[in-house]
Amino acid sequence: MAKTVSFISRNFGTYAPSSLDSYESVGGFQALRKALTMDGYDIAAVLSKNQVQGRGGAAYDMGKKWSQARDVEAPLKCVVCNADEGEPGTFKDREILTRDPFQMLEGMIIAGWAVNAQDGYIYMREEYSHLRPLLLSAIDQCEKKGYLGEDILGSGFRYRLHLYSGAGAYVCGEGSALSESIEGKAGRPRLKPPYIKQSGVYHLPTCMNNVESFTLVPGLLMDEQGFYRSQGTRDCPGTKMISVCGNVKQPGVFEIPFGLTIREIIDDLAGGTQDNRPIRLVQLGGASGRLASPSMLDTPYTYRDMERAGLTAIGSGAVLVVDNRTSVVGFLRMTQEFFCHESCGQCTPCREGNRHIKLLLDKIAAGEHTLRDVATLSKFANIMCNASLCGLGETAQSALLSAMEHFPDAFQIKREVAIR
Amino acid sequence: MSKVTIKINNIPLEVEKGTRIIDAARLLNIDIPHLCYHPDQTAKAHCRLCMVEVAGQRKLQASCTALATEGMEVLTDTKKVYDAQVGVLEMILADHKQNCLMCARNGSCELQKLCQRFNLLVPDLPSVSKNEPIRVTNPSIVRDPSKCVKCGRCVKVCADVQGVSAIAYSGRSADFSITTAFDAPLDETDCVLCGQCSLVCPVGAIVETDNTADVWRAIHDKSKHVIVQVAPSVRVSLGDQFGMEPGELVTGKMVTALKLLGFEKVFDTNFAADLTIMEEASELLSRIQTGGTLPLVTSCSSGWVNYAEKHHPELLPHLSTAKSPQGMFGAVVKTYYAEKTGIDPKDIVSVSVMPCTAKKFEATRPELGRDGYRDVDVVLTTRELAKLIHYEGVDLINAPESEFDSPLGTGSGAGAIFGVTGGVMEAALRTAYEKLTGKTLARLDFETVRGFDGIKESTVDLDGTPVRVAVAHGLKNADELIRRVKSGEANYTFVEIMACPGGCIGGGGQPIGTTNAVRRRRIKALYALDQSLPLRKSHENPDVQALYRDYFHEPLSHRAHELLHTSYKRRETR
Amino acid sequence: MKTFEQFPEQITDDFANKMDDILQRHDNDPKKLIGILLDIQDAVDLHYITQPIAYRLAKRLNIKITQIYDVLTFYAGLYTQPRAHFCIQICDSAPCRVNDSEGLHVALKDILGIDIGEVTYDNRFTLEKVPCFGACDVSPAFRAGGKVYGRLSTRESVIDALKELMREGESNG
Repeated sequence: MAKTVSFISRNFGTYAPSSLDSYESVGGFQALRKALTMDGYDIAAVLSKNQVQGRGGAAYDMGKKWSQARDVEAPLKCVVCNADEGEPGTFKDREILTRDPFQMLEGMIIAGWAVNAQDGYIYMREEYSHLRPLLLSAIDQCEKKGYLGEDILGSGFRYRLHLYSGAGAYVCGEGSALSESIEGKAGRPRLKPPYIKQSGVYHLPTCMNNVESFTLVPGLLMDEQGFYRSQGTRDCPGTKMISVCGNVKQPGVFEIPFGLTIREIIDDLAGGTQDNRPIRLVQLGGASGRLASPSMLDTPYTYRDMERAGLTAIGSGAVLVVDNRTSVVGFLRMTQEFFCHESCGQCTPCREGNRHIKLLLDKIAAGEHTLRDVATLSKFANIMCNASLCGLGETAQSALLSAMEHFPDAFQIKREVAIR
Repeated sequence: MSKVTIKINNIPLEVEKGTRIIDAARLLNIDIPHLCYHPDQTAKAHCRLCMVEVAGQRKLQASCTALATEGMEVLTDTKKVYDAQVGVLEMILADHKQNCLMCARNGSCELQKLCQRFNLLVPDLPSVSKNEPIRVTNPSIVRDPSKCVKCGRCVKVCADVQGVSAIAYSGRSADFSITTAFDAPLDETDCVLCGQCSLVCPVGAIVETDNTADVWRAIHDKSKHVIVQVAPSVRVSLGDQFGMEPGELVTGKMVTALKLLGFEKVFDTNFAADLTIMEEASELLSRIQTGGTLPLVTSCSSGWVNYAEKHHPELLPHLSTAKSPQGMFGAVVKTYYAEKTGIDPKDIVSVSVMPCTAKKFEATRPELGRDGYRDVDVVLTTRELAKLIHYEGVDLINAPESEFDSPLGTGSGAGAIFGVTGGVMEAALRTAYEKLTGKTLARLDFETVRGFDGIKESTVDLDGTPVRVAVAHGLKNADELIRRVKSGEANYTFVEIMACPGGCIGGGGQPIGTTNAVRRRRIKALYALDQSLPLRKSHENPDVQALYRDYFHEPLSHRAHELLHTSYKRRETR
Repeated sequence: MKTFEQFPEQITDDFANKMDDILQRHDNDPKKLIGILLDIQDAVDLHYITQPIAYRLAKRLNIKITQIYDVLTFYAGLYTQPRAHFCIQICDSAPCRVNDSEGLHVALKDILGIDIGEVTYDNRFTLEKVPCFGACDVSPAFRAGGKVYGRLSTRESVIDALKELMREGESNG
C-alpha cells in the first residue's frame, strides 16, 4: 500500500492558513453547508460508518459519542476541542492547527450542529500560544462571514467559538480536568460519575474531541466515494496523523493508512534510525504508552493489532524511537520524571506512587537495588493502575509494566550504572 | 426513587437506586475502610482507600462514589482490593510524621485505627515526610502539615459549610498540599478560628491549641484560687469521650470530675447566659423603642464576631454590645465575686470549658480584662477537658453527681439552650416578651426558630407587637442572611448568628466524631433539659436577680456597660 | 489578630491600569482567571505574579485568594518567584533527551554562565527545564518568549538562537 495518504492533511500547503477566503477557494465550508441540511444523528452515522475512533488517545467510537451527546436533553450544551496535546512526542495537532486551522473550526461547527450545542470551546495548551493570533483571527473571520453567530448561513443555528489557554499542565488533557481549567480553577480531575457527557465545562453536557477528530469531519461528510474507507485495512479502515520523533533521521508528522507496520513507519517514512543504530525500544502513544521491543516492530499500526500485541492501541499517535544510546532504565527514568512533574497530586496512589517509583528507578539506575525493590516497584505500579482516580495515574506506569514484561534483563541485579 | 437489588460480598441487598456503595455496605454492617469520606460532605474520592471490586470492571471502584445499579455485584475483600488498600495505607504513612505518642490525636486518630485494622506491621516504603515545623501563630488552632493525609475534609468544611476558604488545595504532585494563600499564618488570612477544620481532620494535622498544662500549673499553685465555668454544650457532649451515647446529659458527673481535678469552684456558664439575656433583651427593646440600629445581631459566637470584624465590618454597629456569656462571666468573677470573697482578682485563675476554639482567641481580647489581669485566663475545649479527666482517672459513667457552686452556678433552661442554633433567640424572646408586655408568656417554646435549617425566619408576636426575627448557623448561611439584610429584602428586627453548624453543640472544640447526626442528638438533649427545668426564663434566675440587686442595679446601667459590654473593630486581612 | 507588614513589592498606578485593561479584555470574568494571569505575567518584566497582584485580582474578580494561590501553584506556566526578562525553557522530556538535550543544557550553561533556576546578574536570562512543548521534530530545542528555537545540536546553533531571541526581544520592547 502507499505509505502516506492525503486525506485529513489534503489542505496542507494548498491555502493560506490565515485567510478564510483562501480556505473557501479550496472548497472550505462546503461540508458545513451539507451538514446543515442533515440531521445530527445522520451526521453521527457517517462517522460510525467510517469506524472513526477518537484521536486523542481514549479512542472512543466518535459516531457513538456524537449521537449520545445529541441524546442528552438540556437547554445548554457545549462542544470542546481538546488541543492540549500534552503527550511527549506528539505534535500532529500542532501541525493541523498551524496549516489547516479552518478545517478544524469547520469540524467544530458541524459538531455543534450535530449535537445541538450553542458554544464551542477550544482549549489549547499554553505551549502553542504562538498560534493564538492565527486562531483568534480565524474565528473572527468566520463570524464576519456568517459561519459563526446567531443564525449560521440562515439555518437558525446559533453557535459561538471561544479560545481558552492552558498554563502548563499535562493533566488538563483529561476531560474533567480540562473543564475545571476552563472554569478558572486548578485542573484537578473530577470524580466520575458524572461523566463530562452529562456534566463537563460549567457542568454542562459536553462533547469533547481531539483536534484531529474534528478535522476529519468535513472530509468525511464530503467523501461520497468512500475514499477514506478504502484506505487502511478491513478491520481498521481509514487514515491517521502520526508524529514520529526521537532517534530517527527525518522526524515529522505523517498521514498514514492504518495497517502500516511500525517498522515501515520508522524506516520508510522517518528515514530509519540516526547513523542506522540499532533500536532499543519504541514507545507508541506518548509517555503513557507501553514499550515495544525490537521484536515487535512488525506489528501493524491498527487498534486491534496493537492491542493484541500488548501495546497501547494507537494512543496520541506519537511514535518515539529510541536507539541503543539510551538504556531501558534510563528511558524509564525520563518517563517517570515526567509523571512526577505532571501528577495533579490529589489521589494517594498517583501522588505517592509516582514519587516512590521514581526513587526506586533511581536506585535501579545506580545499580543499588534488590529483588525486593523490583517487587515493590511492580506492586505500586499495579496499584496505580487499579486504584488511581483518573487516567493519568492509570496509564503512568504503562511503560514500566511493559518494560518488566519485555525487557526483564533491565531489572536484574547487575550492580551497573545506567548512562542516560 | 426506585429500588435496586445488589450483592455485597454475595449478600443480597435492596437499596434505593443511586445509593453510594459505602453507605449500602453499612446497611449490612460492613464498614469499608475510608479516610477522606465524611458523612456530612460530598465525596472527594482522594484517599483511594475505600476501593471495592465490581463485577465486570477491570479497575477498582471507590465505594464512596460508586452508585448502586440493578444487579451490581460488589466484593470488598478480595486480594486485589486488599493489596490496593494496604498499598495506599503504606503510601500515606510514608508521607506522615509518625510521632503518635506526642500527638494531640493519640487515641482518636483515624489513621491509627486503620493501621490497627490492617495490622500493618512492616512498612514497605521509605519515609518521604518533609517534617515541616508546626505552625503556632494564634491562640486557637495549631497546624502540623507533616501529618496531613490530604483528605481534603478541612478544605470542604471551610469552603462548603463556612464559605470562608481560608485553607485550600495548592500545588501539584508531591507538592500538593493544603494550606493558606501564600502559606500565610492563619490569623493573617480570612480564617475566623471557628475550628471546624480541627473537628473534621482525621489525624493531628489541625488541632486545637492545648492549654491543659496552663490549667495544671494554676491548680498546682497553692497561691491561686482556680475556678471554672462550663458552657451549656459541654454537658451533652463530654460523655462521648467516655463511651456514652451522643447527647447524654452528664452535668452532675461532669461537676464531680471538675471538683476532683482540683477546681475550687465549679460554676455554670448558663448563669452568665442568663445575664447575657438580661443585657441583650434590654438592648433590643431599647433599640426598638429609641430607633436604634436594627436589626440587632447577637454577638456571643466568637467565630461570628471574628467573621464580622474581618469580612463585614459595615455590620459592626448592628452587633449587640453585650459580651458573650464567657466574657460576662469572666468580668463578674474578677469583680463581683472577687469583692464578695475578698480574693485579689490577680490571684483568681478563671478557666472556662467551651465547645469552641475561637473562644481561646476571644479571651485574649484587650476588652476582656482590666487593671493588668484577664477576665478569662485559660480556655479549654471539651476535648481538652476530657484529657484532664482521663489523667485524673475519673470513671465518668459511674461518677456520682454534684451540684454547681454558688453564687454563679444557677442557670435557667433559657441559658441552657444557648448551645443550640435558635436558642439565644428563643431565650431572648422569652425575656423580651415579658419585659415589653408586662405579661407572663403562656408558652415558652418558639418552635419556628428551632431545627437544622440553615436559615430560619419567623415573625414573632409579642402580644400585638410583631417582631421579625431570623436565625442562621454556619457562616455560609450567615452570609446569605447578611446579603438579605443589606439588600433590604428582609426586614428583620433581631438576628441570631452562630458560626458553627447546629450552634455551639457542633463547635470546633467538641469531641472528635461530631457529625450532623450527633449534632441533632445534642440539640434534642438541650431542649429536653430546658423542658425539664423548673426555671426556664433568664430574668427569673435568682442568682441573676441577686447580682443586679447587689451590684449592677439594672441592665444597661453604667456599671453594666463597663463590665458586661464591649466594642468591636474592623480587622484587616491581607 | 495582629496586623501584617506591608509587602515589599507594590503595584504602581501604571501597572494597576495595565491590570485593569487585561481584566477588561477578559470581560472581568473570574472563569477566565488563567488567561488573565498569563497576560499579567507577560506584562511583568520578570514574568511572575506577586502577592499584591494576586490580592488585587482576588478583590477585583470577587474570588477567594486561596483559589488564585491554588491556580498559581498548580500550573507550571505560572510563577510566584521572580524570573528574568528572557526565560529560556529547555525541553526535558524523553524525545529531546534521547536527542542530547543535555548537550543543549551544558552549552547554554557555558555560554550564559548560569544553571537551571539561576538568573544572570542583569536579570536578563534565566534557564528553566520544562516538559515537552511539542517541538520533538526539531529536537533538541528550547522555548523563550513564546517562540521555539530548534535543531540546537551544536554550540553555534545555540549562539545563533540566543542572538535571534535578543533581536525578537528588542523588537517587542
